[in-house]
Parts: sequence; C-alpha cells; structure tokens
Amino acid sequence: MSALGYKSETASRGAAAGQEPRETALYDDRRLPTGAGMTFKGMDVVSIRDFSREQIEHILKIADKMLPAALGEERSILLEGRVLGSLFYEPSTRTRLSFETAMARLGGQTVGFDEPRGSSAQKGETLADTIRMVSQYADALVLRHPQEGAARLAAHFSDKPVINAGDGAGQHPTQTLLDLYTIRKERKSIEGQHIVLVGDLKYGRTVHSLAEALSLFGANLTFVAPATLQMPIETIKHVEANGVKPKTTASLHEAIKEADVLYVTRIQKERFPDPAEYLKVAGSYRIDKELLGSAKPDLVIMHPLPRVGEIAPEVDGTPHAAYFRQAFNGVPVRMAILALVLGGIR
Amino acid sequence: MKEFKVTPIRNGTVIDHIAMGMAMKVLRIIGVKDDVGSTVSILMHVPSAKAGWKDIVKIEDRELDPKELDRIALVSPNATINIIRDYNVAEKFVVEVPEVVRGIVKCANPGCITNQNEPVETEFAVVEKKPLVLRCHYCDRLLTDVAEHII
Repeated sequence: MSALGYKSETASRGAAAGQEPRETALYDDRRLPTGAGMTFKGMDVVSIRDFSREQIEHILKIADKMLPAALGEERSILLEGRVLGSLFYEPSTRTRLSFETAMARLGGQTVGFDEPRGSSAQKGETLADTIRMVSQYADALVLRHPQEGAARLAAHFSDKPVINAGDGAGQHPTQTLLDLYTIRKERKSIEGQHIVLVGDLKYGRTVHSLAEALSLFGANLTFVAPATLQMPIETIKHVEANGVKPKTTASLHEAIKEADVLYVTRIQKERFPDPAEYLKVAGSYRIDKELLGSAKPDLVIMHPLPRVGEIAPEVDGTPHAAYFRQAFNGVPVRMAILALVLGGIR
Repeated sequence: MKEFKVTPIRNGTVIDHIAMGMAMKVLRIIGVKDDVGSTVSILMHVPSAKAGWKDIVKIEDRELDPKELDRIALVSPNATINIIRDYNVAEKFVVEVPEVVRGIVKCANPGCITNQNEPVETEFAVVEKKPLVLRCHYCDRLLTDVAEHII
C-alpha cells in the first residue's frame, strides 16, 4: 500500500518497503490491450468531446498500468530520450507539476516555461509562431493558455501532438480524464453511480465536460447550484442525448443523501454583484462534518482544487475525502496520455 | 416630374429577397467592393409581397459562383439568386446555409483565441440552420446573432 492508499502491482507482489525501485520492462511490452482500430500516436488531446467512450476506457486502463511507476515503485524508460515542450502561459501548480512528474516517471524530459514573462510571448510573438518553433524542439507539447480555443489553434500549427492543459474558461480534458479515473478507482465503476455536482455549474466549463463524460458512462447525475449558477441548458441537452435524465436542485442537504460521489467546485466571488449574496450562497454549499451526517457512509468527495473554503479542513481526515488522491491521479492519467500520444504504448 | 427607377440588367447576378437592411452585409460577404469593374445597384426597403420589405442587389456583367453565394444565407436565409443572361433569368436558385463557415464571421466570445492577433481564419460548424446557430471550431462557444458578427 502506498501512502495514498493505492495498491500497486509491485506492492501486491510483496516488494519490501524502502526497497530501491527496480527498473522494469513492463512498459517495454508494447502488447498491451488496445481497442480495434484505435490509434493514439500523434493524436491531439484538445477536448474530451474528441474522444469516444472506448478511447476513454483505454486511457483509464493504461493509467492503471502506470500506477507502479507513478508511485515510484518501478522505473520506466518508456519515453527515454523524448522531450515534452511545456508552455504554461498562466500559472497552474497541479497541472504543470503533474505533467512534468508524469514525463519524468516515464524517463522523458520536459523543457518550457511556467509564465509568459521572459518568454517570446512577452515580446509580442504570436502563439502560432511559438508553437511552430517549439514543435521543432519537442516531441509533444502541453499548453496552458488564458485564451479559449488556444489549444485547438496550437494543434492547427503544430506537427507534434498537442495536449490541452486548460485554455481559459474552455476545455481541460486531462482534468476530466483524471476525474473519471478517480471515480472508477474509488467506486469501482462509473455506470449507475449517483454523482452530485455542486457549486458554480454555469461558468465552470470543466464541470460541463465532466457532466457530459459522466453521462457517456451512464452515471446518474444531480446538479446542485443556486438558480443563477445552474448547469446551462446546452449541457443538460447533451447529457440527455446520452440517455441520462439529470436532476437539478438548489438544496445540497437533500441531494447529499443519495450521493455516491459529491464533486465540489469553487463558487467565485466575482460572479455575484452583491458580496452579501455571495457569502450566503457560498455558506449554504460548504461541506462540513455536520452536513456529512446525512450522507452515505461510503460517500466519496472530490474537488479539482484549489479549494477556498468549500470543504472544511475537518473533512480531510474522514474516509470521504478523496481530493488529494484525485490530485495524485493526475500523474498516472497524464503518464498514460503522454505514453499513448508519443507512441510509447499502444 | 422625373422618375428614377432601377432598370433590368442585361447580364449579371440579381440577389433578391434579401432580408431588409442586409444589402450592405450581403455585398461584404460576397466580397464585392468598390474595385468592382461594373455597376452594382442596391435597392433597400423595397415592398415585398412575401416579407413586407426586402433589399435587392444587382451586379452587372458578373456571374457569381453559387458556392460563394451560399454565404449569403448567413444573413439572409430566404434570399434568391437569379443569373441573368441577355435580360432573361438563365438560372435561379435559393441560397443554402453551408455546413462550415470560414473566414467571414467573427467569434462573439472576446476570450476566443481567434480574437487575438493570431494568423488564423475563423471557422464555425453550423449547428442549426433555422434559427441559425454556429459553433466556433476554436473556443466551442455558440453564436446566434450571426449577422452582427460578419467580419
């Protein structure tokens, strides 16, 4: 068992604690299962909508295979000699570090910048030109950019695979993938699970992508938000088209009773013209031990982090809290994505 | 009293049943500018039996490509095209909304990368034809007031 509570294959084979990680040929075995006709090599990862359920399943399966190396229990040389260009035009602690960790755990290297200051962008270079240049240096690019659609544009100008690490208020597909991976890991399956999404459901585009992906897997969905921040009709239509009839409510107290997974998102202060209204709404969606009194004993609480008071610290020590494991899951999931698009694995 | 009227054209293209007030946008969409080598007549606010009022555009000595003309459907879905040869209507067809719209509509999302100084043409998928709804290929946002966002 790791400190995170995940049991890797190595651990289950009885590797002694504190033993040096051993180099493994596990990932040199390219004969891992792959769906008929699925090719990830060279593929861009821009939006979760670009992926079929079958493709998502495959990524999650590969992420599981990556777990021993993600935990540092095995060494992988799968992407040895490969270079990831990491272009972060705005800061993002978790996403950037987990991509760099993922690349390092697979024996690859990362070059790039973590803020536009000092980069050629500050001198007025277009994103298109930067992408054209870096795609000559690196084998794949990961891009975080404040403008929506930046990753799609980058994919247009790059002859190497582009992985979207968040484009403004737009898409963040690797977050969706790690959320799906976490739910499956924590609950054994996604299908049939009662998943409650709470918080700012209107403006958070990543929560729209997650709702759409969850409906693709047949989860039951409840959307909890004040009327002004409720899930947009377009997303609800999309979810319904996948055969899921979501419930919408403003009452978390009611919704939490049936929940298997509670996915909490941040309510942003700037969405409210009246600060008093913000405090009232934010207060009514705060997760604490008292609220959890009416929840199922095996309820799983997730949050993409960073949190700003949505979940009381007293919840961290309860078995419900899965958000730090969720953050860790960014590593095996991004390892899987990097290995697949770089052709290190099929 | 001297009477002014627009006379029939001998050869060229007549775009009829343009939605009222959209004639200038139609010209912009099909790329007819002041460097055109023939006469262009624009009739605005013309009585119409079908729609109350309409606009009409007549371009002399030029037969426009039907594919180009389909772009007109973005601002005027009921427009009809008449190709005139020797004062007769040689061909007549209605415009059709294309499946993909490139380079003629600006994304309404100020946060979209296509509204920055990037060397890229806008691109939209047509999600619904009536009423017209476009989806930006880059930022994924929906655009409904298309006529307001002609480049």
